[in-house]
Amino acid sequence: MRAPKSWIAEFAALPSGLDGRALGEALISAGLEVEAVETIGGELSGPVVVGRVLGCVDEPQKNGKTIRWCHVDVGPAHAPEVAPEPLRAGEPVALLPGGYWPRGIVCGALNFAAGDFVVVALPGSVLPGGFELGSRRTYGHLSDGMICAVDELGLGSDHTGILVLPDAAPSGAPWVLGADALDAMGVRDEVLDMPVTPDMGYCLSIRGLAREAAQALDVPFTDPIDRPTPPERHDGHGVRLETDRCPLFVALTVTGVDPSRPTPAWLAMRLEASGMRSINLPVDISNYVMLESGQPNHCYDADLLVGDIVVRQALPGERLVTLDDVDRALDPEDVVIADDAGPIGLGGVMGGERTELRDTTRTIVIECAHFDPIAIARTSRRHRLGSEASRRFERTVDPGAAYGAAHRVAQLLVELAGGTLSPAETVAGSVPAMPEQTIAASLPADILGMPVDAERVVAILERSGVSVTRDGDRLRLVPPTWRPDLVDPYDYVEEVGTKVGLDKLPSVVPPAPVGRGLTPEQRLRRSITRALVTAGFVEVLSFPFLAETDLDALGVGDDDGRRRLVRLANPLADTAPFLRTTLLPGLFAAVQRNTSRGNDDLALFEAGRVFLAGEPRATELLPVTRRPSDAEVAALDEALPDQPRHLAAVLTGAWKRPGWQGPGEPAGWQHALVFADVAASVLGLGLRRTPAEVAPWHPGRCAALSVGDVVVGHAGELHPTVCKRFGLPPRTAAAELDLDLLVSLFGGPGTIAPVSPHPVAKEDLALVVAEAVPTAELADAIRAGAGPLLESVALFDIYRGAPVPEGRKSCAFALRFRAADHTLKDAEIAAAREGAIAAARERCAAELRDF
Amino acid sequence: MPDQDHSPLSEAAVERMVAEALAAIAAASTVAELKAARLAHAGDRSPLALANRTIGALPPEEKKAAGQRMGAARARVNEALAARDAEVAAAELAASLVAERVDVTLPVAAAPEGAIHPITALIDLMSDVFVAMGWEVAEGPELEAEWLNFDALNIHADHPARGTTDTLFVDPLEHHQLLRTHTSPVQVRTMLHREPPIYVVCPGKVYRADEFDATHVPVFHQIEGLAVDKGITMAHLKGTLDHLARAMFGDITTRLRPNYFPFTEPSAEMDLQCFVCHGESVGNPDLDCKTCRNEGWIEWGGCGIVNPRVLAAAGIDTDVYSGFAFGMGIERTLMFRNNAADMRDMVEGDVRFSRSLKGEAR
Repeated sequence: MRAPKSWIAEFAALPSGLDGRALGEALISAGLEVEAVETIGGELSGPVVVGRVLGCVDEPQKNGKTIRWCHVDVGPAHAPEVAPEPLRAGEPVALLPGGYWPRGIVCGALNFAAGDFVVVALPGSVLPGGFELGSRRTYGHLSDGMICAVDELGLGSDHTGILVLPDAAPSGAPWVLGADALDAMGVRDEVLDMPVTPDMGYCLSIRGLAREAAQALDVPFTDPIDRPTPPERHDGHGVRLETDRCPLFVALTVTGVDPSRPTPAWLAMRLEASGMRSINLPVDISNYVMLESGQPNHCYDADLLVGDIVVRQALPGERLVTLDDVDRALDPEDVVIADDAGPIGLGGVMGGERTELRDTTRTIVIECAHFDPIAIARTSRRHRLGSEASRRFERTVDPGAAYGAAHRVAQLLVELAGGTLSPAETVAGSVPAMPEQTIAASLPADILGMPVDAERVVAILERSGVSVTRDGDRLRLVPPTWRPDLVDPYDYVEEVGTKVGLDKLPSVVPPAPVGRGLTPEQRLRRSITRALVTAGFVEVLSFPFLAETDLDALGVGDDDGRRRLVRLANPLADTAPFLRTTLLPGLFAAVQRNTSRGNDDLALFEAGRVFLAGEPRATELLPVTRRPSDAEVAALDEALPDQPRHLAAVLTGAWKRPGWQGPGEPAGWQHALVFADVAASVLGLGLRRTPAEVAPWHPGRCAALSVGDVVVGHAGELHPTVCKRFGLPPRTAAAELDLDLLVSLFGGPGTIAPVSPHPVAKEDLALVVAEAVPTAELADAIRAGAGPLLESVALFDIYRGAPVPEGRKSCAFALRFRAADHTLKDAEIAAAREGAIAAARERCAAELRDF
Repeated sequence: MPDQDHSPLSEAAVERMVAEALAAIAAASTVAELKAARLAHAGDRSPLALANRTIGALPPEEKKAAGQRMGAARARVNEALAARDAEVAAAELAASLVAERVDVTLPVAAAPEGAIHPITALIDLMSDVFVAMGWEVAEGPELEAEWLNFDALNIHADHPARGTTDTLFVDPLEHHQLLRTHTSPVQVRTMLHREPPIYVVCPGKVYRADEFDATHVPVFHQIEGLAVDKGITMAHLKGTLDHLARAMFGDITTRLRPNYFPFTEPSAEMDLQCFVCHGESVGNPDLDCKTCRNEGWIEWGGCGIVNPRVLAAAGIDTDVYSGFAFGMGIERTLMFRNNAADMRDMVEGDVRFSRSLKGEAR
């Protein structure tokens, strides 16, 4: 809503000297937002004054144009020092009665006459756009100023001719020639631009804003729409209400209207300042009253109406051409205004073309009605048609304003368009009753947390128009018709809070409850993230949307769980209508973006949810007037897809860059395994690795990772084809784990074993096995065979080549033995070593390398 | 006494051997030379050792004097050896320390530089502020039941936010499932599953069918808070938000400005005083503040007293309990707090963005 300060000031007795920003602050404290405060005429500087055309001569030019050479009286203070050139060659120029000369000005417009009052920009003035005026010779004359049009002054868009002022100033006093024009016209103004929240529909009007401003500033308010609605009567144009979505319809008739009369400048300028264009007088009046009162209204050409006006639901198959020239198929849920020949308007949204005002219109029927906000909102959405009217009706219009606003339209049609108001009027229906509420007088203070005594509460609410009846400690409240937002007890708490001022609230930290802190799962997830970061991985975030082609590119099979896709009804991009079932495509996109920007060495990771569709099931829209049952709540959860958190990484480039210390280390499948191991080790879990052939990994370079029998994820080098399809560097590696599953396997922090002070015994063991034997299996065998004295086993070398036979490899392990309670004897160590060798032989067909 | 003079055990002979030994020891300047001198003058085949062996052949009355002479002589040599040994070792160490000098300004290879995403860092940081106050951190699904995201929060069926232009729905629409538009459904879930007192914050990812530009992302993060207890007031809300604002931004002025949300009543917008211009750009033509657009205040988040209709739908007795709730965007907070200028950077995964924050955020 754009609101000129001068208009608000008509109804709220604003303190003198209050500027637009201060008015804005007052309105902000009342709960409004002020996006900007603009100054009208703020772009003008220098002498722009009231002048009077003394005489003029039209001079046709060679280019076909006619210019007008004028003498203009701009008062003694701005008079030129020498006489202007005469109007006609040889004619003497007379001194004006005050003993000064008029100014000579060339004007391109012809819409004025000698004797008219006009606005003159004198040399030295600067017009909007930084246009600086000087005296200049043009069309054979020395033009000593400019007679201005509305747009040239920055007051509007009108450029149909120069601005001709009325015979007297708005105050009724005569114009003072040479006086500042904007001041004299009273158009120097500020405009507040305010978005209005849905609960403050009444502030989509100057009336509402003035009321709020007056209350915030504690100054008197005059209601421009204060006519009480009379009881139902039907002596005007016939109206029948056939739907409960329109409880009130006022119809007044004005005859003898001349629609061709020009819109007065003051009215056009107000519309322009409020963001509406001036169109013609009756439409301008209609819009003006809507802005002023907040009541949308409509004018019909009475001669085009066929029979009574009927407000009803649209009939199946009905159509209507609305004023925006669109032929619309109506829905039976739409409220239409109709006559005997069919619909003539989409109720509360937009009028129809058939009964639109024309140049020939002489009799006007004014409609001011009240509509159900939800019905209007639905119709507006259904037809994708938002209008100034629907915007207001959706937020609820004051039903008490309909009658007064209709009379305001009529009054202006009479005053400005020469019409006559017919005394016969129609009031169909009535103003709906407002809901009564009872609250404890102490409720506002209790909820706000600051003292507001009962007297103060009553005073504030009464000032807001609420009818208050005190009943001991209780207050019986009925809101005014313009406050449909006052329904629940807390609505009144808000009203009191806003009017007292939220800046008065004390700042009190609530007493600390006993909290449990982060849950174990939350702590573990944080620890995993920190550990991965310490290990050198960089966290990124990506959008969780997926295309089916992503899964194809990954090589994911038809029966793979990652095909359990959830589809969005209205995806952001039609190319990615699904939710992710794997984090990898998002990470691949991040790799691409990084490498394209020259960040080549990457170890990226993301932790986030994936979405795995189950059997599609609907969740219900439960009632809101009671708590749903536990079974109903459980049913909601059961219908939702699984959404486990995953943890994934992608690696490429160098893990360690080559440098003066030696060659670097390319990032590869090993580091994808490190990623998984680091995450698991935070939980004290060791991941068992088994070779796996799973998309999108290289079939020979991928490990399934498990804890016990539970597979928690996969890691390894990506399939070369996948790298190609996603534009990843060759040998890019990746890992993806089910983070929630992994964390659920945490076995607890465990107990602390006594630290043995006895010496360690170190034994090295070289075992020769077939190439296909995984070293992890060999280590497992050693562990099993060596028994409880074995403290650790570590692979430190793999050797292939003579004298190790072809197809076999020699694996060297460092074993450490230690007992908790004594120093190991040689025989004990030898026995453990032999046990390890025996187990390796038995399980892995290993031979001890003794050459 | 010429015989005696020529005897290897004579005083003169012993003095000569000692003098030769001392000279050789003094002349040794390396560990190796000293080793050679030791072998030559104190070893088993050294003149002193050989002379010593002849003592046994002396007549008994001479043995004592000779023995004492030889003992003193060998002691002098050994002392000299030990002293020289220490000198030579110290000199060699000093020399090697000089020789082993390195360029300590060489770049050294650290582990790869990992980083937590600034959004995650901020979520943890803000959560910790509340955990320290005794609050808990609640989480919930991102793909939600429409009822929990809207109806239970008093957002009625005709609210514009429920349209497909604002909210991402699961197909088909009749299944009433959506990507949550705020983390408020977690608040509802908490109220459904727990008795008051409830003090929880709900951080997490939220979704809007929004355009994607420097100041809008369709997938972003929020942290919301909910307190439900006996006697909860708007003043408690103000106190809690003031505390959070100070924890995040240091000494900063806040204000509550009336606003409207369906799920709170009274509702307010929480503003931070602009920490760039401190409000001085307001109405000041000479000072143009891009941060607050010369308004002096920056919108941080929405808040209010929980609408009793919301409490009732979650089964909380509104005669006994009241509550407050608030919510703010993490991305927005990051923009204010750490000057992140372009929201797109937050989701594009550039490692340089992830590595931006220091200290607390690692």
